[in-house]
Amino acid sequence: MLKVNDLEVSYGAIKALKGITFEVKSGEIVTLIGANGAGKSTTLRTISGLLKAKRGQIFYKGDEITNREPNEIVAMGIVQIPEGRRTFPDLTVRENLELGAWTIKSRKVINDKLEGVYELFPRLKERRGQLAGTLSGGEQQMLAVGRALMAEANLVLLDEPSMGLAPVLVDEIFEVIERINKEGRTILLVEQNAEMALQIANYAYVLEVGNIVFEGEAKTVAQDPKIKAAYLGA
Amino acid sequence: MSGIFNFQQVINSIQLGSIYALIAIGYTLVYGIVKLVNFAHGDFYMLGAYVAYFTAMFEISRKDQPNVIIILLISMSTGALVAFLSNRIAYRPLRYKPRLSALITAIGVSLFLEYTSSAMPFIGPSFRPFPDVIQTKQFHIGGAVLTNYQIINVAIAVTLMVVLTYIIKYTRVGMAMRASSQDKDALKLMGVNLEKIIDFTFIIGGSLAGAAGLLAGITYPRINPYMGIIPGLKAFIAAVLGGIGNVTGAMLGAFIIGFAETFGYAINSVIGEGIAYAILIIVLIFLPQGLLGKKTGEKV
Repeated sequence: MLKVNDLEVSYGAIKALKGITFEVKSGEIVTLIGANGAGKSTTLRTISGLLKAKRGQIFYKGDEITNREPNEIVAMGIVQIPEGRRTFPDLTVRENLELGAWTIKSRKVINDKLEGVYELFPRLKERRGQLAGTLSGGEQQMLAVGRALMAEANLVLLDEPSMGLAPVLVDEIFEVIERINKEGRTILLVEQNAEMALQIANYAYVLEVGNIVFEGEAKTVAQDPKIKAAYLGA
Repeated sequence: MSGIFNFQQVINSIQLGSIYALIAIGYTLVYGIVKLVNFAHGDFYMLGAYVAYFTAMFEISRKDQPNVIIILLISMSTGALVAFLSNRIAYRPLRYKPRLSALITAIGVSLFLEYTSSAMPFIGPSFRPFPDVIQTKQFHIGGAVLTNYQIINVAIAVTLMVVLTYIIKYTRVGMAMRASSQDKDALKLMGVNLEKIIDFTFIIGGSLAGAAGLLAGITYPRINPYMGIIPGLKAFIAAVLGGIGNVTGAMLGAFIIGFAETFGYAINSVIGEGIAYAILIIVLIFLPQGLLGKKTGEKV
């Protein structure tokens, strides 16, 4: 579904990605794990078109999308839930969700999707008239996920959904991710919380300072002694 | 009522404030989204006044009764077009460059519009009297005189402000405008083409400035190519006073400046002009973010 080939991205003179190649198969949850500064967010931001690639290609369903504008990429069906949630604090919960459906024109479809999100997160329905900035961290993460579900997306890019959340909320968010996946969306998950990520993923790539150093079935990766020592605290 | 603080001054203040408000909205909208102080904004207003002037003269020359609504629409379209073009030609290429470059460019666009207009033989540098587009009527309320021009002025300004508020609050594009002043990257991730939202913002701001040009033409009937400088500055002050980026704040600030200036003149015609600026300085000392501005600093 998504193929990244020899992708290189730099910030000025600093190379953040030094030519990475990976693939996300349709229907799977693929995770990209690695420490801070490994290039995980850079990868997602480049797929979404927020950053420009210096070299390499990105293909989505066979079409090259390298360096297209973010709005075109969303319209093709790739949506990102960015790091730090990035909900619009001065907009209401409902307005945030409506903006998530920007690429959809039909009012009926938008309303149906809105109901779907409210069903998944009843808390958001309760707070629909409230400003997003007044929500708790967990609620904001729900809003960020709900907002992404408003788009007509087949591939969901998730950047550190567990960041800054209490353990019980982390469990909840990961359950939601699995549920979204079972409903038919493919997921590319970036996480520092490798343990959680490997539990739900089918396939995993390990990123270290701009290079993919290891890859394999998530279960295999979780058993690897080096990965255990470096990322799983064992 | 008599003396300085009378009903007449209130009428005059509201009328002046409504013109400032239409200009100030454009400043605040553009600043809210692209963080640019568009100093050429006062010149969109000037061009609106000139187009209104030519349209009215044309209608009069054909012995038609000038139609204020048609003139208004033409003025607004002109303001919108010039604002759109300024953005596309001058500001957009500098979008992700140092902010000072864009600011200097805005001053350049402003001077360009003023001097080019004044060099055009059909505009010229000198004052022109704005024609009477309708028969003046006066209404006496107490000791005050209200003209039908003032009524038209305030009615048009208020209608436009209501429409604008509706667009910003209740339409999808309005939602995107508000969101874009909060988090541009997140908005792009929603599939919004940010540049289109910026175009739309310039078009809205420019059309309101164009409308203000017509209103100024009919109520202060002398126009010249430099007429936009001072009202533009005062509208900018109004926008900062109200809290730049905040539309309600811009309207509030504009009426405060309108009242301050009118009453300032009534008290003393020499220092009157200074009062608006003194208010700005005092308010900003105590409320650096403006009356309705957000207290939090800009997010990085």
